[in-house]
Order: sequence, then C-alpha cells, then structure tokens
Amino acid sequence: MPDLLILEPTRRLMQTTPIAPVHLASIALEKSYRKGNHQIPVLRGVEINIRRGEFLSIVGQSGSGKSTLLHVMGLLDSPSVGEVLLDGDRIDDLPQKTRDELRNRVFGFVFQFYHLLPELTVLENVLAPLMIRHSMLSYWKRRREFRLAAEEILEKVGLTHRLKHKPNELSGGEMQRAAIARALVAKPEILLADEPTGNLDAGTGQEIMGLLRNLNEQDGLTIVMVTHDESLARSSHRLVRLTEGRLELLSDAA
Amino acid sequence: MYKLLLCVRYLRTRFIALASIISVMLGVATMIVVNSVMSGFGTEMRSRIHGILSDVVVETNSLDGVHDVDRWMKIIREVGGDDIDSLAAMVEIYGMMTYDYRGQPVMKTVQLIGIDPRTKSDVSPVAGLFETSLDSYQQIKEQGQVVREPLRSAGEPAGWELTADAAEARRHRIELEQRFIEQREWERKRSQPESEALDHNPSALFEPINAKTAKDSDKASPPDFSHDEEPAVAVDPAAPQRARLYVGAGLVEYVYTDEETGKAKVMRIIRPGEDVMISTISAGRPEPVRFHATVVDVFKSGMSEYDSNLVFCNLEELQKVRGMIDPQTKDGAVTSIQIKLKNYDRASEIVQRLSTALPPGLFSVRTWEQKQGPLLAAIEIEKAILNVLLFLIITVAGFGILAIFYMIVVEKTRDIGILKALGATSRGVMTIFLSYGLALGIVGSGVGVAIGLLFVTYIDNIEKGLSKLTGRKIFDETIYYFPKIPTDVSATMVIWVALSAVMIAVLASVLPARRAARLHPVEALRYE
Ligand SMILES: Nc1ncnc2c1ncn2[C@@H]1O[C@H](COP(=O)(O)OP(=O)(O)OP(=O)(O)O)[C@@H](O)[C@H]1O
Ligand SMILES: [Mg+2]
Repeated sequence: MPDLLILEPTRRLMQTTPIAPVHLASIALEKSYRKGNHQIPVLRGVEINIRRGEFLSIVGQSGSGKSTLLHVMGLLDSPSVGEVLLDGDRIDDLPQKTRDELRNRVFGFVFQFYHLLPELTVLENVLAPLMIRHSMLSYWKRRREFRLAAEEILEKVGLTHRLKHKPNELSGGEMQRAAIARALVAKPEILLADEPTGNLDAGTGQEIMGLLRNLNEQDGLTIVMVTHDESLARSSHRLVRLTEGRLELLSDAA
Repeated sequence: MYKLLLCVRYLRTRFIALASIISVMLGVATMIVVNSVMSGFGTEMRSRIHGILSDVVVETNSLDGVHDVDRWMKIIREVGGDDIDSLAAMVEIYGMMTYDYRGQPVMKTVQLIGIDPRTKSDVSPVAGLFETSLDSYQQIKEQGQVVREPLRSAGEPAGWELTADAAEARRHRIELEQRFIEQREWERKRSQPESEALDHNPSALFEPINAKTAKDSDKASPPDFSHDEEPAVAVDPAAPQRARLYVGAGLVEYVYTDEETGKAKVMRIIRPGEDVMISTISAGRPEPVRFHATVVDVFKSGMSEYDSNLVFCNLEELQKVRGMIDPQTKDGAVTSIQIKLKNYDRASEIVQRLSTALPPGLFSVRTWEQKQGPLLAAIEIEKAILNVLLFLIITVAGFGILAIFYMIVVEKTRDIGILKALGATSRGVMTIFLSYGLALGIVGSGVGVAIGLLFVTYIDNIEKGLSKLTGRKIFDETIYYFPKIPTDVSATMVIWVALSAVMIAVLASVLPARRAARLHPVEALRYE
C-alpha cells in the first residue's frame, strides 16, 4: 500500500522532468563543534545531490546531526570543511548579506521546535518572511496582497480560525502548521523541514505529509525533510539515513 | 517592517521598559524645571540689576565730578550717534544715614545717588522704574487682603512731593514732637527759670533724645548747606526738608517672625514723611557735610544689594550740599552720565567709541554687565554646574536603559535567532533595538517635556500645595522679594534637553543592539 503511494507521484515526476538538474548539493561536508580542547565531529563528509523537485527524507538517530545538516545546507551555519552548492554554485562562502538574502528567498525553514515569535499573532508570524524581504514602504503598498497570500497558505494548513491567536494560545500541531505556513509564504524553492510531523498525531501527521507532497508535486518545490517516522519517509522520492556523520541511501524510488 | 512591528510589540509587552521611560522622563522634567527656574531667577536678577543701572554708564574717576554736563552729553550724543536713546546725569557718592530708633541712633552706610526721577526713569531699561519700585505706587496686601490701596496713581510721574498720607504722618509726628519739647521746656523752666530759649530749628525736632548731641556736633561741622538760605523763621513747621529721599527698603525695614502666627512680617522704622540725617563729604577738599532730609518714599527693587544700600536724593540739593555748584555760573557738577541705548547689542561697540572719544583719565565707560561682572558670572557658573549635575541624572537613566535592554536582548535571543534564520540581516536586528531605544527616548523625553512644562506653568500652585502639605513655606517671598517664583522657559533649552535625552537613550541601546546583531543564528535558536 505505501509503495503505491510513492510510485504514483514518482512516475509523474519522471514523465515531466526526465533528468532534473541538481538543485542543492553538498561536497565533503564536515561540521564539528569545539568542546574545550576537543573537536567533536558531527558531520564527517556528507555528499548529497538533491535534484530540483525532489522530495528527500533523512532519518537518523537522535543526536546523529540531522538538524545540523539542515542548518548547514540552509546557510544557517557554516561548514567546518566542504562546500554547499545551489544550482551548481558554491553558496556557503558568500558574503553575509547575500546568504541572508538567500535564506529569505530560496530556503524555507520548518524548525523542529516551531520557533514562532511569541509577541506576534499567527498571521503576523506567517507574514514575517515577507516583512523581512521588503522595505517598509513596498511592504505597506503591497500589504493587502501579502495578507491574502498568507491567508491562503493558512487556509491550506487549516488555521483560518486562528489568525489572530498568539503562539502560546495554540496547540503543538497548530504551531507546527503555522511554522509550515511561514516557511511557505515567501514561495521558497527549497523547503528544509526538521521533523515537521514530530509532535503530531498520526492523522495530522498524514495530513501534513499530504500537504508537503502536494506542494512538491504541484509547485515543484524541492523538499528536504528530517523525520523519525520511516513509514512517512517512505512516501518521499528518496530516503537516506545519517549515521556516524555520513549519509547512506535506504531507498530510492526514482 | 518587522523592525517596526517588533519594536512596538516589545515596547508594549515589556513593562520593565516603562521603568526606563520613567527615568528618562523624570530626568528631562527635572532638567526643564530647574533650568527654567534658574534662568527665571537669573533673568529676574539681571533685569533688577539692569533696572537700576542703565545700559552704559560713564563715570568720572573723581568724586568731584565734572562741570558743564551739557557739553559732555553733546559729545556723547555725537559719538554715539543714532544708537543713543536717552541720557541722564547723576551724582553718586558714599554717605551715612542716621535716624533714631527707640531712642537709639541707627547708622547705615549708604550709596547716595542724586537724580532727577524723570531723566532717571528715561534711561532705565524698565519702563517706569520708580513707578514699579516705589512704595507709594504699590497696593499692599496681607494674607490676600488689601490693606492699603496705592497712594499714587499709576500714571503719575515720580517726583519729590510728599503724598497726602506722608504729609499727614509728618504733621502728626511733628505735633507729638512739639508736645514733647514743650513738656521738656516746661520742666526745665520749673527747675531753671532763667534758661535760654530753646531754638526752634525744626531740624532738631526729630531727635528729641539726642538733640543735644546733634546740636553740639552741628557746631563742630562745617557750614550746613541745607540751611544756607533757610529763612530765619520757619513758616510751616510741618513743611518737609528741602532734601528729599527715596530710601531703599532694606535700610528702613526689617523682617521678623510673628511669635504667635509664625508668619513673617515687615516692620518699618522710618515712614515716608519722616526725616533722617545724611552725612557725606563735600566736593573739592573733602570735608564732612551733614544735612536733614525728608523721606518721600521707600524704594524696593528686589535686589537686596540695592535695597539695603541705595538712597536716591534730589540732584540739585545734593549738588548744593556737596558744594558742587559753581558760584558764578550756577552750573552743577555730576559724577556720572547714564546712557540708554536703542539697541543693547551694540553696547560694547559704543563703549569702545566713547572710551576713545572722551578724555582718558577723566572718565571710565562701562556697560552695566561689566559693572556687575562677577555677580552675573557667578549666576552663569551656578547654572552650568547644576546642568552638569542634572545631566548626570539622565546619564544614570541611560545606564538603566542599557541594563534593561541587555536583559531584553538576552530574553529575546531565540527570537533574534528566528529572525536571522528567516533572512533578517544583522543590521535589521540592530535597527529593532536601536529604534526601541529611540522610541523609549522619544516617549520618555516627550512626556518629560510635557510634565516639566506643566510643572513650570503651575509652579506657584505646586509650591502652595507643598507648603501646605509640609506646613512650612518652601518659597518665602520675604527672602527673595518675588511674589511669584520666576520662571523663564527657553525653547532652545527644552529642545536641547529633549534631544540629548533621546541621544542618550539611543546611545545606551547601541551596546545591547550590537550584541543582538552579532548573535549566531543557530546558537541563538538553541538558547533556552
Ligand atoms: N553548539 C553546539 N555545541 C556543541 N555540540 C553541539 C552543538 N550543536 C549540536 N551539537 C551536538 O551535535 C550533535 C548533533 O546535534 P543535532 O541537533 O544535529 O542532532 P539531531 O540529529 O537533530 O537530533 P534530534 O533527532 O534529537 O533532533 C549532538 O550530539 C549535539 O550535542
Ligand atoms: Mg534535530
């Protein structure tokens, strides 16, 4: 049954883009943390090519460095050794300002712990990436358009009734969905989702997965998702496991 | 956009920020109030000093003065040109004032100024100098109740005539004295029937107790000019002396506290209409001269230095007594010429021109500020020091902001991480906290300015309320002579205070803002 679920979208993808170009890639990625005099390696040479429109799932033990990998790939952190490539160009050594801009325009983040801004309402939280992208004047001019876009996304994740709520008035699942809406509102090319279903019951988790798959299929969004749930992971195109700082392929539906 | 939104939200949800707003506010308000009151006092004092002195004073270096005033005035007018508004000649000399108080002779050193009240009023920068400072023009109030209406109408120019009240008081006094003398005479006649007749010199009337000593010294003193042309028989014993005075209030009054009510009261020893004795020195070879003079009015400028020193006398009489009148030409000498300028800004230039044009050694030319330099400088220095101290208050408020902001940055570390993860630049994050500081500064100093200005406007009511609350007079009019607390709000001062408070608030937020800007996004996100 799960197999059918994956085969369907994959086939369609194969038909539209026979060999999609590499979208995001890493070369010999290493990341270690300094603890006193010791270097604690977390990533020890991660090599991966993620194709445009691909849905990649990463599984791994807790503490194996999955979040770290997403951070490095998404320019939140810089690698100790190695390179991150976007459309074949190295991006991890770009100047700070350019990386800030790439984070805003190219990547959409869904954090493991939601990370919503507590002072803002759900709607404002979702609008945050747009506020950051646009200057005050141009935001003000287009505020209606942005608001509509945000409401549309929030409707997609089923939060229309919570627009004016503050994050602390939401359940974990609702916060997770608000976080997804925020990651999507700025129309990113790549979605980096760190356990987007980690705090949800199976039903809601399925819903979120369905949403992500839809985005992936209809909008051609490239998705990298970290998860603990292998059954959910199986519905993606490719599944890799992070062990001992390296990736190993578990299944490739393509 | 997010900067503004977050800035506003943080401001609204962090009540601790209110503490820094309040400290900025209080600092600004105190600075405005203190500055306004200080410069109010300063301005009041300057205007009082300036009120007596005219813009520019030309003084002779010798006490003998110079003759031919008209010629000197003409020169001054020629040199000064259009800048000169009006001129007045005066005689200034040191002297001593003597009167009896409860049988005891009271002596005061005074500065004797011979003037013509009208020309003196002309050169004074205060419109109607004497009308505002002479007792007979004032309405007297006690505990809010009018106890005496003005004795002269406001339009009446100051002169040397006694008011009806003063004349009445004088007549009454003389009657008393007369009776006293008659009684003594009668007593003496009874014990010593062949005594010589007591001379009826009215000048002796007011020193019944030490009349004898006064008479004795009269013999030793040089010819008393005041009695030169006096007819041998006094026509009206109540007629005032030829020398008339305006006496500084501090010379003839003292303030005491009523034992029962605890209120300060003014006791006047010499009233208008009564006589005092003035001693000074004659011109030429300095010889002591003495003369009796009638107090026409009591003078209260509000500058205690003046009020306890100055005695104004009619110019011709003083010239006569001091022997300053040329016997041939009948031309009186003067010791100073006061100048009123049309535009005081040009004073130093006029002083320059006059100093070179007038014969050196004979005159010295100064502006009133130069004459009172040290006092004015002291006020300025006082104000500057106070400002520095008060500015420290605002700086303290600044450090408060720094500490509170640091706290908020630490508290908001994760939010900063989120913003950076969503693509906010370091500068953007920094802007949030800088504008947060700016907002605090603007709100704080805005409210502070409002409170300060309100306080200054209602300062007298506040003073009354506080006095009632503490049961003790905070602002004692009898000390300061001011019926109200003088205030002087300068727009530049308010703007400066407000701007520097905002500046300090922004500067205080720079450090926390930089810390926020430098946070590493992932570290910040992991922060618990
Ligand atoms: N700033 C840091 N300093 C030191 N060690 C760190 C730091 N950040 C991460 N680590 C270590 O790196 C390792 C990987 O952490 P990471 O958060 O990537 O794990 P994860 O795979 O996402 O785990 P989980 O599934 O629990 O989310 C952990 O052992 C962690 O202790
Ligand atoms: Mg993780």
